[in-house]
Amino acid sequence: MIKLEHVTKIFPDGTRAVKDLTMEIGKGEFCIFLGPSGCGKTTSMKMINRLAPLSSGKIYIDEVDIMKLNPNELRRGIGYAIQNIGLFPHLTVAENIATVPILKKWPKTKQRTRAEELLELVGMDPGTFLDRYPSELSGGQQQRVGVARCLGADPPILLMDEPFGAIDPITRGKLQDEFLKIQAKIKKTIAFVTHDINEAIKMGDKIALLREGELVQFSDPATLLNAPKDEFVRNFVGADRSLKGLRLHRVRDIMQESPQIVKLGENPVEVKACMERDKLKWAMLVDDQNQFLGWVTYEDLREDKPIREIIQPAAVTAAPETPLNEALSMMLNSAIGNLAVLDEQKRLLGVLTFENIREVLGQAGSAQNGFGGKDR
Amino acid sequence: MWIQAWNYMIKHSDKILNWTLQHLYIIVVANAAAAVLGILIGIFISGKGRERLADTVIYLASIMMTIPSLALYGILMGILSALTLPSIGFLPVVIALTLYGLLPIVRNTYTAIREVDPAIIEAGRGMGMSELQILIKVKIPLAVPVIMAGLRQAIVMNIGIAAIGSYIGAGGLGQPIFRGIANYRVDLILIGAVFVSLLAIIADLLMGRVEWLTTPKGIRIRGRRT
Repeated sequence: MIKLEHVTKIFPDGTRAVKDLTMEIGKGEFCIFLGPSGCGKTTSMKMINRLAPLSSGKIYIDEVDIMKLNPNELRRGIGYAIQNIGLFPHLTVAENIATVPILKKWPKTKQRTRAEELLELVGMDPGTFLDRYPSELSGGQQQRVGVARCLGADPPILLMDEPFGAIDPITRGKLQDEFLKIQAKIKKTIAFVTHDINEAIKMGDKIALLREGELVQFSDPATLLNAPKDEFVRNFVGADRSLKGLRLHRVRDIMQESPQIVKLGENPVEVKACMERDKLKWAMLVDDQNQFLGWVTYEDLREDKPIREIIQPAAVTAAPETPLNEALSMMLNSAIGNLAVLDEQKRLLGVLTFENIREVLGQAGSAQNGFGGKDR
Repeated sequence: MWIQAWNYMIKHSDKILNWTLQHLYIIVVANAAAAVLGILIGIFISGKGRERLADTVIYLASIMMTIPSLALYGILMGILSALTLPSIGFLPVVIALTLYGLLPIVRNTYTAIREVDPAIIEAGRGMGMSELQILIKVKIPLAVPVIMAGLRQAIVMNIGIAAIGSYIGAGGLGQPIFRGIANYRVDLILIGAVFVSLLAIIADLLMGRVEWLTTPKGIRIRGRRT
């Protein structure tokens, strides 16, 4: 889909920002440009839509040399989102999102419906936000609109330069999750710049790690973590590689069926007997729609108390898409030590226990040791 | 003295109205010219690679401001008569005021356009806006409030300077002032001064309103939902 061949960028002052970069991003691939600041990752990305002109080399999109295209036409066909968002403050949210449709002279009604669709896609209510101005939105909301805007004319390719960089970590995590869900639906080819290894591992199908304008390692996140090519990569990836490896897995990969599901009306004595037989300390309580209500522990179950009086509501629950590292920290913060896994309608899908996570950590640890030995 | 001035005003209200209208006419023509020229020059020098030119233009405009208006009228009289154009009255005064009005307008236009957040411009460029589209759809709308503030400043300042134009026969509210000085008539001086000030205050309030109205809704600071 996007092919870079011996791409080099030399700035007017003689700095060689990108040196002989050759790589390929496949259709529908989420490719991360990762590296410390000044490594040429942003410049590499900007060369794809010619915001940074190439000094030498070739870039092809769908086998077409980008230098043969009109730069403005080229850019209108590629979504673009940046860290500082750069929403137009004098235009409404709807007009911002429809920037490229307006440039492409879509009919007015189509611009509007497209803006509505996209606002919904990024989880904002069109009725409330379409006619607001950027200054009336929170930072997180502005980022969402920035993402919606880069999808404006439904381009097959997105270029994103730290699009979640300028917000607090909690909102960032949430936006990352949501964007992954969106990407699962829309399957764009994405070039995504970040200096954050954790973001790279969480988001990317492929990671291109750059240092001083050179491509050091280009591989999937697991290989980057488990088989760093050299000392630089190893240091950049960091010492807590096995913990980071948790990001590669999602709750759905390792969750298990709930061993004991209890309904509200059930008899406490019978439930207790069942749990005693199976040596269970806890059970999971659901209503008639299978919506999760909370936990019931063995000790709390008593003959004279209906079950609804001993529910321990869950402070945190996980979704199937939650990365394991986040699940682990949720687990450490919950009294019960296990995580209920729910779908979007709060229906119970299964449970995640600490044991499940430890198994994954064990696997990652051994794989890492194996590779480490080979390297030395 | 105040009573004399009051009586004069009642008796000769038609005269005062006439001076005021002359004054206004000079101001409107001169500042309209200054606005058009100033905004165009400001936009032109804000272009990429024109930083040196911009410095020079703004420097020249600030020097212009330091020339006393009487001296400037004198210089213009010389130039205009060499060109066989009317060297006294309306024309030299309008030209002088246009030149004075340029500095705040050029400087504000230039600064406002240069100071548009680079992220906004980059976003526009990255989505495929041409340089002209960026100028018209992004930079200028965002610069409007500051440009209007420059125009407001130019108008208020010129209302004062225009009074001196009466000295070379352009009429306006300078006339009672000069007449008063020549004839020891403090009441006339007072009338001229008060009306010039009133004009300036009203113009300032009016332009403040215009500034607000021309500011795009999304960047208005007051009266915003939060």
